[in-house]
Amino acid sequence: MISTTKINPGAPGFRRYIFRHFRLGVAFVILIVLLTIIASLNGRFFTPAVITSTSNQSMTLVFAGMAQTSVVITGGIDLSVGPIISLSNSLASSIFSEPGDGLNMVLVVVIVLVVASLAGLINGLIVVYGRLQPIIVTLATSSIYSGIALFLRPRPGGFVPDAYGDLLTKRVGQLLPETLLDKGSFLASLLDYIPASAILLIIVLLLVWTPFRRSRLGMWVYAIGSNEGAAYMSGVNVKMAKVVAYMLGGFFAGIAGLFLTAQTRSGDATTGAVFTLQSIAVVVLGGTSLFGGSGGIIGTIFGAFALRLIPAILFFARVNPLQQPLWEGAVILLAVTAGASRIFTVRNRLDTMR
Amino acid sequence: MENTQRPSLWNRFSNMDRENRSVVISYSMIVVLLILGTVLITPNFISPTFLTQQLRLASFLGIVAAGQMAVILTGNIDLSIPWTITLSAVVATSIAAGQDDRLLLGAAAGIGVGIVVGLINGFGVAYLRIPAMVLTLGLNAVLKGVTVVYTGTAPQFQTTPELLSAAATEVIFGFLPIAVIIWTLVSLMQYFILSRSGLGRKTYAVGNNEIAAYLSGVKTPRVLVMVFVLSGALNALAGLLLAGNAGRSFNEMGDPFLLPAIAAVVVGGTSILGGSGKYVGTIAGVIIVRLLDGALNIVQVPPAAKDITFGLVILAMLFLYGRGEKVRE
Repeated sequence: MISTTKINPGAPGFRRYIFRHFRLGVAFVILIVLLTIIASLNGRFFTPAVITSTSNQSMTLVFAGMAQTSVVITGGIDLSVGPIISLSNSLASSIFSEPGDGLNMVLVVVIVLVVASLAGLINGLIVVYGRLQPIIVTLATSSIYSGIALFLRPRPGGFVPDAYGDLLTKRVGQLLPETLLDKGSFLASLLDYIPASAILLIIVLLLVWTPFRRSRLGMWVYAIGSNEGAAYMSGVNVKMAKVVAYMLGGFFAGIAGLFLTAQTRSGDATTGAVFTLQSIAVVVLGGTSLFGGSGGIIGTIFGAFALRLIPAILFFARVNPLQQPLWEGAVILLAVTAGASRIFTVRNRLDTMR
Repeated sequence: MENTQRPSLWNRFSNMDRENRSVVISYSMIVVLLILGTVLITPNFISPTFLTQQLRLASFLGIVAAGQMAVILTGNIDLSIPWTITLSAVVATSIAAGQDDRLLLGAAAGIGVGIVVGLINGFGVAYLRIPAMVLTLGLNAVLKGVTVVYTGTAPQFQTTPELLSAAATEVIFGFLPIAVIIWTLVSLMQYFILSRSGLGRKTYAVGNNEIAAYLSGVKTPRVLVMVFVLSGALNALAGLLLAGNAGRSFNEMGDPFLLPAIAAVVVGGTSILGGSGKYVGTIAGVIIVRLLDGALNIVQVPPAAKDITFGLVILAMLFLYGRGEKVRE
């Protein structure tokens, strides 16, 4: 669905830019509005501690949404995002060794990311070479992956070194040794506002997503989502690009699992399950079409932060706790359906059915 | 040597279209499961008591899957199953207040909840053109909120009336659970709607090609609304019976039914893209899902092995049904 490009290809650059990024803009505006609301309700929102805890609470969903996005762009869907998160969490909590030294941590991270990518790779291979529908394939593999997670960690628990948890969930200012940084300086107070999780997100964006998006493969996944047949006819290596998209999805889900491990400091084989449906919600919230071929990671990140701000807003607005899930659901339903409804963008009745 | 007048069984099988072949495969799978269960696990696997029990438990999933199948046939999906089940059960038990003479009122309210949910889903998908996956997912979150508010404020009575518990658990004539009779009635209705009625033909038409159906004069939005209402009402009915089975309604009681229902429909040979599939296949799919669960419960494998086996069986069935077309244009 690249309706945006075909409407007015000759429009001046600025208008074209707005057209192309309209839904991303909507996601951004929603996030800004929510941030304004919470800042006005909670005077202490823009303090280092609150910013960091907000960032930490959102980050697992951010990475889960990124995992879902890379698959959704191809026009597929990945119902195994949650179970891969559980699997990563269970695996990490089982292989951290007791003293928790640096080498062990690096090894754990590498192993978990390899396993998670492998899970995504298997999804991709079955979808592509089995020529089966993604929704059903990932439904089946999600059962398998959560089974493996349960096998690794039948009961919640396990060991996660505090050094690892601190590294990902504290503030940058807290992590740097005092010898490196003068406590009273402007730089130190600035760094105190930056959560380590935000740095992690930026690193992943710069080292993984941006190179992928700018590569030929990145172009291909959008082409496939737009029109798989046309992409094939234009010489796109459809099979490879799809497999890579699913593998990247597994990789991001692995990062989500690793972050969740740092946050909860323990392993639980069922902890990731909620992220499957939530990841779909944030993808839609972020302006990516479930039909594929449009949108991107940045919108998803906005969507994930927006979704996580809603409970905090309801809390500070003193909404009756009993009614919180209802309002949360209503806001999600409204935001998601407004973004996805095609009645607003079509030219005629037949166009709605395409 | 083959007799040209009467083709061999194998020839007839291999000449079948995908729809019929998947029905044959799914019923063969039931036989295979029964044989494997008897040989590998326990001779009791084909005992009437065990099978009756499994059929009774299958009927709850069967009613949910019947509704889900109609939705999937149109090329959509209903992800609002879990909290439709829960909310309708909660509403029904609190209105019935544990008294048999108020059961009819409670049941009507519960089914009413399901119909309203179906109307919202159907209207959103058919007229507002919101993708079903998005809308039903969002509505599921809203229904959860409604349930929490309702259970938190209204005077609660979660225990089910005797009559409802009986409908979900009792066995008549010593072998026929009442729940199975209800499932059979639902199945007959669904079979006639899908295979013998105009609505059914239109359902398949919409799933095959919505534009073509619309241009041929089918009022496609109405078909979509009908299908979602049917699904909502059946989810509510399943919710009532599940409450009866547990003796009470409780939060999150519908959660374990979403994915198995989709799995049962697909294992029964219905295409997830819509437009093809037979209702008799869905019945087989439900029984397969239930038997697998039952078999793995007897041998008391750890839940881990159960999940893995379940996933592998779905994958195996998908490969048996045949792969999709290659991408060419």
